Amino acid sequence: MELLERAPVELKNAFLRVLGSLGVPEGMLAILSAVLIIGTVIGVFLGLFALMSVMERKILARVQNRYGPNRAGPFGLFQPVADGIKMLTKEDLVPRAADKVVHFLAPVVMMVPALLVLAILPYGRDMVPVELESGILFFFAVGAGTEVAIFMAGWASNNKYSVLGAMRAIAQMISYEIPLVISAVTAAMIAGSLSPSVIVAAQGGFAAGFLPHWFVTTPWGFTAALLFYIGALAESNRSPFDLPEGESELVAGHLTEYSGFKYATFFMAEYIGMFAICGMFVTLFLGGWQAPLPFLTVVPSWIWFFGKVCFVAFTMVWVRATLPRLRVDHLLAFAWKFLLPMSFAAFLSAACWHYAGRGPAAWFLSLVVVGIPYLVLGLSFTSRFSVSRRTYLFSE
Amino acid sequence: MSLALFWIFAILTLLFAVGVVVFRSPVSSAMSLVMSFVGLAALFVTLDAFFIAVVQVLVYAGAVMVLFLFIIMLLDLRTEERRPVKLAAWAGGGIVLAGFLVAIARVISSLPGATNTKPEILPGLNDVAQVGVALFRNFNLPFQIIGVLLLVATIGVVVLSRRELK
Repeated sequence: MELLERAPVELKNAFLRVLGSLGVPEGMLAILSAVLIIGTVIGVFLGLFALMSVMERKILARVQNRYGPNRAGPFGLFQPVADGIKMLTKEDLVPRAADKVVHFLAPVVMMVPALLVLAILPYGRDMVPVELESGILFFFAVGAGTEVAIFMAGWASNNKYSVLGAMRAIAQMISYEIPLVISAVTAAMIAGSLSPSVIVAAQGGFAAGFLPHWFVTTPWGFTAALLFYIGALAESNRSPFDLPEGESELVAGHLTEYSGFKYATFFMAEYIGMFAICGMFVTLFLGGWQAPLPFLTVVPSWIWFFGKVCFVAFTMVWVRATLPRLRVDHLLAFAWKFLLPMSFAAFLSAACWHYAGRGPAAWFLSLVVVGIPYLVLGLSFTSRFSVSRRTYLFSE
Repeated sequence: MSLALFWIFAILTLLFAVGVVVFRSPVSSAMSLVMSFVGLAALFVTLDAFFIAVVQVLVYAGAVMVLFLFIIMLLDLRTEERRPVKLAAWAGGGIVLAGFLVAIARVISSLPGATNTKPEILPGLNDVAQVGVALFRNFNLPFQIIGVLLLVATIGVVVLSRRELK
């Protein structure tokens, strides 16, 4: 098991040793080592993307009581290959009125932040591609590049639906970024560092022998995790926050004028960005690569990390299958009037938890500090709507 | 290596900064501004100031630029027309630029030790912690005052943009 734990690193080192004995110079080996790490990370996430693109459709189909893709290969697993071939052979349409350069650059700019943020995630014990002191900040700073890319796509297409979609996307992303970042700050504050690996290390160990010290087990952490999760859904433009691509009103939003492989690049970047933000969620609140139970620590840490990421990604598909799309004014009101004050409450609650000694008493104090704002805000938010039980006319 | 990177990013930053002024389409100008900010952030990285670099990208290339782009979209700005170049305007601009460069060169040359780098301010601390210590220990009161100022500005905006309830 110890061997398996170190397997990715040892494999790389063994490969480099072989190359070194073949007379490859030292400087070349250092560059090659970096290239290997980058290649592995990108390869793994591309694989996850391919798997996700078919699994999402399978899960949605399961929820909606139908089969889903099952023709290409066993269980439809070769569907991504078929999709890729289809995308590559499609005609690349560029509107005559489009700004050609920006139209071409937008998918590239979209892909860059999605890949860059993968650099700072701790994938396992001592497995961080770049150990950056301000890693959390880097994640959000680079992630903001996505907004510029969406704007470029919407603007350059010179199409009213594209511009409307881009405008919605940017309004939504600005609004949801604030609760997202503030809820991430709580974890950084308690761990006392902006470095993701330190935050994961702060969540190690078990209380009473079996309860993991993950931040999600504390009231403030649970609140912040929920806020972060909602923010993550909105940031990655996923249902129920997929208004920028609301096909019933905007055709496909900023993607309207994209076809063929440019569209596929957007699609890929969105999914990789989604996995990255799931990875950040796992790092901040679900203990990163830490095992959930003491006797499970024998399982390699990177398996835990990717297992948790896949689980969070699965819940995102689940949410997509369950919830209808929000209306645009509800969407923004929800962010500014509920999520933002709640993220401040979580922040305050985390501070109370820390200064009350992090014990059981602190646990209850932070529950009270986060519970009262929740009740007040929740009641004031829902009192305007009358919630009645839905009656089904034709089913049941 | 570091020097080569410095030159690459310095030239990129300046090129895109010129692009902000030269481009006629507001969107191209805004995009150049993003690139210029990113180049500046890269220059901070070559100085080992990772925190400042990240904040530069987060605040300027992220938040401020998105605001610019949003306003461009809301106002539906058109591409500026090309005006005929006036010789007098060029000459005036050239004189101002030359004077400015001379003034900067004089200030830099009069500074003692402007060419050698300073040692670390607080050795042993990472750059995030250094910024934290500086803000919350040495300049705590000004920091709090700026916080109150921003709060007042936020409340002011809310009050000004609020619709009157009948």
